[in-house]
Amino acid sequence: MSNALYRTCPESGLQFHKSAEWLMRANAVAAVVCLLIGGATALMVTLTRWPAVHLLPADKFYQLLTIHGINMLIYWIIFFEIAVLYFCSSTLLRCRIAMPRMAWAAFGLMVVGAIINNLSVLGGNSSVMMTSYVPMPADSNFYLGLILFAVGALIGCFIFLGTLVVAREEKTYEGSIPLVTFGALTACIIAVFTIAAGAIILVPTWLWSVGLIGNIDAAMYRLIWWGFGHSSQQINVAAHVSVWYAIAAIVFGARPMSEKVSRGAFLLYIAFLQLASAHHLLVDPGLSASWKIFNTSYAMYLAVLASMIHGLTVPGAIEVAQRGKGFSKGLYEWLRKAPWGNPVFSGMFISLVGFGFIGGISGVVMGTEQINIIIHNTIYVPGHFHATVVLGTTLAFMSLTYFLIPTLFRRQVMFPALARWQPYLFGFGMAVFTLTMMGAGTLGVQRRHWDMTFTDSLLSFDYPASAYTLMGIVGVSGMAAIVGGAIFVMITVLSVFFGKRVESESTYGTAMTMLKRAEPDVLSEGGHAAAGKFGFAAPGTFLFALFFLAIFVIYYAINWKYLASVWPMS
Amino acid sequence: MTSIQPPAQTIWWKQPLDRVEGTWIAIALVWSLIMFAMMPLWHVYGKQNLSNEAYRTTPEAFMAKTMAMVNEHTVRTETNQQIPVVSPPPGSDVYLIARLWQWWPILELEKGQTYRLHIASMDWQHGFSLQPVNINTQILPGYEMVLTITPDTSGDQTIICNEFCGIGHHNMVGRILVKESGT
Repeated sequence: MSNALYRTCPESGLQFHKSAEWLMRANAVAAVVCLLIGGATALMVTLTRWPAVHLLPADKFYQLLTIHGINMLIYWIIFFEIAVLYFCSSTLLRCRIAMPRMAWAAFGLMVVGAIINNLSVLGGNSSVMMTSYVPMPADSNFYLGLILFAVGALIGCFIFLGTLVVAREEKTYEGSIPLVTFGALTACIIAVFTIAAGAIILVPTWLWSVGLIGNIDAAMYRLIWWGFGHSSQQINVAAHVSVWYAIAAIVFGARPMSEKVSRGAFLLYIAFLQLASAHHLLVDPGLSASWKIFNTSYAMYLAVLASMIHGLTVPGAIEVAQRGKGFSKGLYEWLRKAPWGNPVFSGMFISLVGFGFIGGISGVVMGTEQINIIIHNTIYVPGHFHATVVLGTTLAFMSLTYFLIPTLFRRQVMFPALARWQPYLFGFGMAVFTLTMMGAGTLGVQRRHWDMTFTDSLLSFDYPASAYTLMGIVGVSGMAAIVGGAIFVMITVLSVFFGKRVESESTYGTAMTMLKRAEPDVLSEGGHAAAGKFGFAAPGTFLFALFFLAIFVIYYAINWKYLASVWPMS
Repeated sequence: MTSIQPPAQTIWWKQPLDRVEGTWIAIALVWSLIMFAMMPLWHVYGKQNLSNEAYRTTPEAFMAKTMAMVNEHTVRTETNQQIPVVSPPPGSDVYLIARLWQWWPILELEKGQTYRLHIASMDWQHGFSLQPVNINTQILPGYEMVLTITPDTSGDQTIICNEFCGIGHHNMVGRILVKESGT
């Protein structure tokens, strides 16, 4: 393809194919628009759940909560992930993107689907939450919009796979694909079977909504829908772990401690992550205990093992790189001297810690078959997934965006002082928000619930005063996170559309360069370990990991203890 | 920038592990296996397990069984809607209906006695959340779930719906009353 146009970014050395570049820009912009919609509704929803404010009437609350869930969990994240997939294939492998016209068609389908679905919820008859559990009905356009969006996203996945084929055929790189592209490939494979599960359940549900099918079994719907609903969050995990590795490479020049371990962990994701759909069915009628135990544990927690490996190898890679640069005093000089004022790094690191400590531990605990009895559908659940999807995925994507504004959009980041603080405000706001939600959930406060005072109901119930205090803190910390999110959207939109152009030249031409292998690691006497301590290449990270494990074990034990205080059941 | 470049060696999978990685993988794997073992162990030694017992049902069939219990064991009614308070004998099968937007009837159980509690939905999906003891299960239309429960605390327990079921969801509140045995 000699007529394809490329430019090389002088700062990062990345090579952008012009068609791919515009596709990435379009998908990233659509993602941020959905983030804005999700953020505006987050504000209203949080102000309603804050007991002292209780802003919206019930119907508006359920309607806006539906819009918030779908735009955040599906549209914002998947639009951004499509941009990440194109970046990890076309840009990282220095090749042309496969079938750009088809990729635009996919983008068009996604946009149209998102609009149809959102309009149907705005119409007022589709306030069914993101899960749209049958037989509670939504307008048929609700399902149709989701289906169109999913078809578009599926085409995007195949564009990514096609681009990998192009790169291999046209020999634009030497050796194996980079680790980050490998991680994106993992995300893509998970996405394909996730979207397939979505189609298998949403197409019949759509036919049911227009009267062509008489009945959809509620238990079957839940089983297959969660193959879509939970697995789509696993796309996020694979994608944001790839983003962590990418940022470690971009900011520190970090190399994987070992390719084998990091890639092996991604393979564990492909094999086992999707079993986690069972997390949502642990207290459902009709499923056996052995089915629940096998699936909820991802077959003996092998996917949890994978995340625990990435949790060590990502900061470990940074530690090794930093020690190699001479920051090797004590256990933590490498971390103290990290660029904490650079939002690309600070956001990524807060994402890593928040995802692991809050989202990871709570996810495993509440996904334990019996412990789920004391947690299912309480506000603990959104506490957990705001830690994984918001603190983990969204914050990782925000950090990557700070890198993409100058490289992909060729604009300088506006308001650099605000950008410096944004990850901290957003991250710490979100951390408090998720922890207090979990606390309130432990006291039995429900999710997706308009009135914790039960003012209008025939029978009354009073939550303890501590539940109100916790929900008040949820409100305040939620506001902090929303302000952090708003600052991000403002910086991104203003920089991309009105920012000063990056000064260096980066013009298009037909010339392209091949992606070289990494330089072999120049190891001093004794290898990595010599730069570390006690024979450990990354002793600080290892100690950090042991600290993580200690918290994990303690919290796990506390929950069994709490469960043991509940009425005996068999 | 090596995570975004192809690995330095062609045969990258033969590169030996750093000790830090090998040690951590071993520790994490052991912890994973312990967590896995906890679930079957709790089925053997723990007291809080959901049964595997569930049946397909229809709203009519389940309503008939519930009405039989209500007719036989109602002791009084509560609220201006005259909701029956049913006091079934210990050890018996007890029925609870979930419907838009009510848990019906009110159950009165004895502390320390065991009951087979059947729950099914008449319409949409609902969530059975017993507070403050904090027991939560999913209730589906077409399925009759059976929980064998032994209340070991006395006093009022409130059933809150914790699966979103439409505009009256937050008003869907029911009761299980637990009295001291022999009173």
